[in-house]
Amino acid sequence: MAKPAIILENISKRYRLGMVGSGTLREDVMGWYYKVRGKEDPYSLIAETNNRAKKGSSNYVWALKDINFSIEEGEVLGVIGKNGAGKSTLLKLLSRVTAPTTGSIKARGRIASLLEVGTGFHPELSGRDNIFLNGAIMGMRRAEIKSKFDEIVDFAGVERYIDTPVKRYSSGMYVRLAFAVAAHLEPEILIVDEVLAVGDAQFQKKAIGKMKDVSQGQGRTVLFVSHNMASIRNLCRQTILLSNGTIQSMGKTSEIVSDYLSYHSDNHTHQSLKEAKRFEGNLHIEFSTIATLNNELLESQTMVSGEPMNIRLGLAINAKRKYSKLHCSVSVANEQFVTIMHLSTDEGMGESLNIEDGVGHLTLNCFIDQLALPRGKYYLSVFIWDKSIVFDHILHAKSFFVSDGNFFGNGAIKEPRHTMFLVKNQWTQIDQHG
Amino acid sequence: MANNSDYTTVIKPHAGLFNLKLREVWAYRDLVFILARRDIVAVYKQTILGPLWFLVSPVLTVVVYMFVFGSIAGISTDGMPQAVFYLGGITLWNYFSSCFTATANTFTANAQIFGKVYFPRIVAPMANVLSNMVKLFIQMLLFVGVLAFYLGQNDSTIQLTEEIYLLPVLILMMAGLSLGIGIIISSLTTKYRDFKNFIGFGVSLLMYASPVIYPISAVKDKGYGALLAYNPIAPIIETFRYIFTGHGSLDWGGLMISGIATISILFFGLVLFNRVERTFMDTV
Repeated sequence: MAKPAIILENISKRYRLGMVGSGTLREDVMGWYYKVRGKEDPYSLIAETNNRAKKGSSNYVWALKDINFSIEEGEVLGVIGKNGAGKSTLLKLLSRVTAPTTGSIKARGRIASLLEVGTGFHPELSGRDNIFLNGAIMGMRRAEIKSKFDEIVDFAGVERYIDTPVKRYSSGMYVRLAFAVAAHLEPEILIVDEVLAVGDAQFQKKAIGKMKDVSQGQGRTVLFVSHNMASIRNLCRQTILLSNGTIQSMGKTSEIVSDYLSYHSDNHTHQSLKEAKRFEGNLHIEFSTIATLNNELLESQTMVSGEPMNIRLGLAINAKRKYSKLHCSVSVANEQFVTIMHLSTDEGMGESLNIEDGVGHLTLNCFIDQLALPRGKYYLSVFIWDKSIVFDHILHAKSFFVSDGNFFGNGAIKEPRHTMFLVKNQWTQIDQHG
Repeated sequence: MANNSDYTTVIKPHAGLFNLKLREVWAYRDLVFILARRDIVAVYKQTILGPLWFLVSPVLTVVVYMFVFGSIAGISTDGMPQAVFYLGGITLWNYFSSCFTATANTFTANAQIFGKVYFPRIVAPMANVLSNMVKLFIQMLLFVGVLAFYLGQNDSTIQLTEEIYLLPVLILMMAGLSLGIGIIISSLTTKYRDFKNFIGFGVSLLMYASPVIYPISAVKDKGYGALLAYNPIAPIIETFRYIFTGHGSLDWGGLMISGIATISILFFGLVLFNRVERTFMDTV
């Protein structure tokens, strides 16, 4: 039977909010006084669950509360959650940067963390010196580093600069060197936090490949925290979703990720447009609701690049007569309010859009096979009209987010600053001269 | 449920009070050396004189002391040449004060690294003590050179004593004291920074409470001279000068008390430090 590599039991972590000053000294002294008399510290009981948006009455919060889980050997476990859900706190406890308030963590083998690459790099020292320094900080013996030195330099691709102080390195080179050291650590348990967000596409690919090797080839356990759903899906079989310091759900990555994406949206997905400000229109036919739906037809504020997307429009009809061959359209604008896509019933609907007179409802669904947008925030504007009559027109009726996904089918991620939308392309080498 | 003994790492809210994790520190011994090397090398990177810079400060200090304390104030040097007397005091005192200051700032100075990776925190102050020891050896070379110059004179009034074998003991005691007091202060300053304001002038005041610019004999008969008996640094500096010159005094009793004090302070410091290091990131 495979034994878990890490077991977490009843892990909680309490933090104090506000400033440290003479007020905290009073609490410390009181708490100590209670403890000396064998009573429970009254200040330890009044912590609240962590919701950063709400104002609480206590100065203490539980950044993590009663976390229980275990990771099998050789598994890559993903950890996702909103900002402030407790991901970083969890990693800090696992990497022993700070101790838990209650509970225990048991692990087999060396735990190494890449909370941020390049820890302890000294700008004045050469790349060579920093490899040794960084490696030793992460727990490697000198001889161990020496034996892997060439491999590390090769992986980072900085051979030419190895005797130059790292302060002269480009930021990319710096990160590559730092990641290279970390990747050659060979701990039994590796904790990774968002390091892949840096570096160019080629290096990201290399880094992800290395992490896959580490877990699959060498049977090491990896805990991977990321906001990038594409790399979570790519790397992890199992995922944990944290929310307000507790485990909201845990299981197969694909289920948890879609759970997260729909949960993430909170209650703003299904948006009522009754009160929305109209640009123009007589409102004989008006938009009543608008929602974005993901692949699984769940309402969500966040769509994944490269995956199907549905835009669902609810229409309230109060028509004096029947209309045939109506036109309805949705346009998508980016964060700078530049319209970059236009979707309409004219090209997207086989039959014509007809409505009967009287009072009623109508729902339209616009299906997009593969969302070809890079990550970012987008706005939907909706428009419904007949030849000469505008029924309803709402600008930026709803916003939604796109997260990085596997649009190109090979894991490549396009940076939003490079492109407004994504287009598949094939490159071939025709000839070489010289 | 797997047997607990399988698990090599167990993280709990509180560690045992006297669990000093010495085995773990031993596993990280290479890091001590690499950090010490970093501290030394980083000082003279992009300088022309390089390690010679370690000699500039004691030379200038001695010149000023000879002028202020020797000529103007006319404080006795116990029959030693002034240069030997002051340089001997400064060399050992500087070792103490730079170790102490660096160690006392361990948590705040290393918060950035400590916040990202785990290693036994005591490694950082140990590296301080070690890198300063290298500095001490360079400065000792200067001291030995000056000493040799005076010993070589025909009318030399000083001579090496047979107790010269005490030298490594004295240096170790100085290392232990500065590490011990330093980690106590650093443990106390993680949450409340009040003590930090004390470090700077505290060290310079402590120098005047130690026989750096005066010999013990000069204050022995004065009322406040008895206070020196409570300063564990005093016998170390006095003995240091004695073993090289034969002047001053060698007080075995005082040295013994000083040794006991060093070990107690160091042990108490380690226990305190060990307690604080686990959660200091939350409050630093």
